[in-house]
Amino acid sequence: MATDPIHQFQITKLIPIEVGGLDFSFTNASAFMVATVASAGAFLFLTTSRRGLVPGRLQSISEMAYEFIASMLRDAAGSQGMRFFPLVFSLFMFVLVGNLLGMFPYFFTITSHIIVTFALAMLVIGTVIVYGFWKHGLGFLKLFMPEGVPAVLVPLVVAIEVVSFLSRPISLSVRLFANMLAGHITLKVFAGFVTSLGALGVAGAAGAVLPLAMTVALTGLEFLVAFLQAYVFAVLTCMYLNDALHPGH
Amino acid sequence: MADREKPDDLEGRRRDLEAALAARRPGKAGSDGRAERGGKGDFANALRLSSEFIAGVLVGAALGWFIDRLAGTSPWGLIVFLLLGFGAGILNVLRSAGLVAEFGSKAPKKGDDDL
Repeated sequence: MATDPIHQFQITKLIPIEVGGLDFSFTNASAFMVATVASAGAFLFLTTSRRGLVPGRLQSISEMAYEFIASMLRDAAGSQGMRFFPLVFSLFMFVLVGNLLGMFPYFFTITSHIIVTFALAMLVIGTVIVYGFWKHGLGFLKLFMPEGVPAVLVPLVVAIEVVSFLSRPISLSVRLFANMLAGHITLKVFAGFVTSLGALGVAGAAGAVLPLAMTVALTGLEFLVAFLQAYVFAVLTCMYLNDALHPGH
Repeated sequence: MADREKPDDLEGRRRDLEAALAARRPGKAGSDGRAERGGKGDFANALRLSSEFIAGVLVGAALGWFIDRLAGTSPWGLIVFLLLGFGAGILNVLRSAGLVAEFGSKAPKKGDDDL
């Protein structure tokens, strides 16, 4: 058994594929992304297939997820924002299910890889930029031009606003990735203490109770983080989409 | 009659003030929703704010580096954009803490808060 806390994030090729010198291998990360999409889709499809007027337990989970994201999006971006509901809901379910699948022992956590979260963040920011320019034309650039600024300061303020806008995908992706990575490493380190202390005899086994309690507590915390980070990702997506819809407010 | 009018008037003004305050702080609702999460809240907050700040500085530095490479103005692009990135990082932190209005809003205090 690997006691190296980083080992769980290693990417291994399951089916090596190479096209034109580029590596398109089907890795364990790809496998878990497929599993994430499949389980999220299957859950939503199966729980809502009965279409009960009075929802059962599972159906009401699906309905709660829908209501939750819909009201979040409506609050942040107005009813016009509902055209982005499929995007926000898919992102939320993907991140949430990916985080939760990562909580299974021996499973791979896709959101602990920055390239995955960065791709999701670039999707969001790309949508904001494309939709903003398509809808408002050059008026979208008013986003970087706050009103009531003295003319002398305009170049400086605009430069700062542009850098601030460009830093959004970075902070969005780093936050999710860092939370998942740090959480899983901590969990693994404390769990590793249990086994290495337990090997030291009776006194060690008695001492191992402490890290064991810590591991149990951290597992609970990690479930909270899994929900919280999916929620934060969705909230920020809604706020950024709001900028695309109403750049001038 | 005048006595009856007065409390109504005051009530109306209070509501107007509340609406005006809410309009001035558009980021408030979002950050509040994210902040109040029990004991986890503080840690999540710290991570959120630090990631905002670091992202600003990193993007500024990366932009400056690329501009230097393209235009051959080393090291001036890096210096200028690192400072701009620093400013953007602080703006990000203040914004996500709900202390500065969001992108493109009309809050009049925006101009002096940016600097």
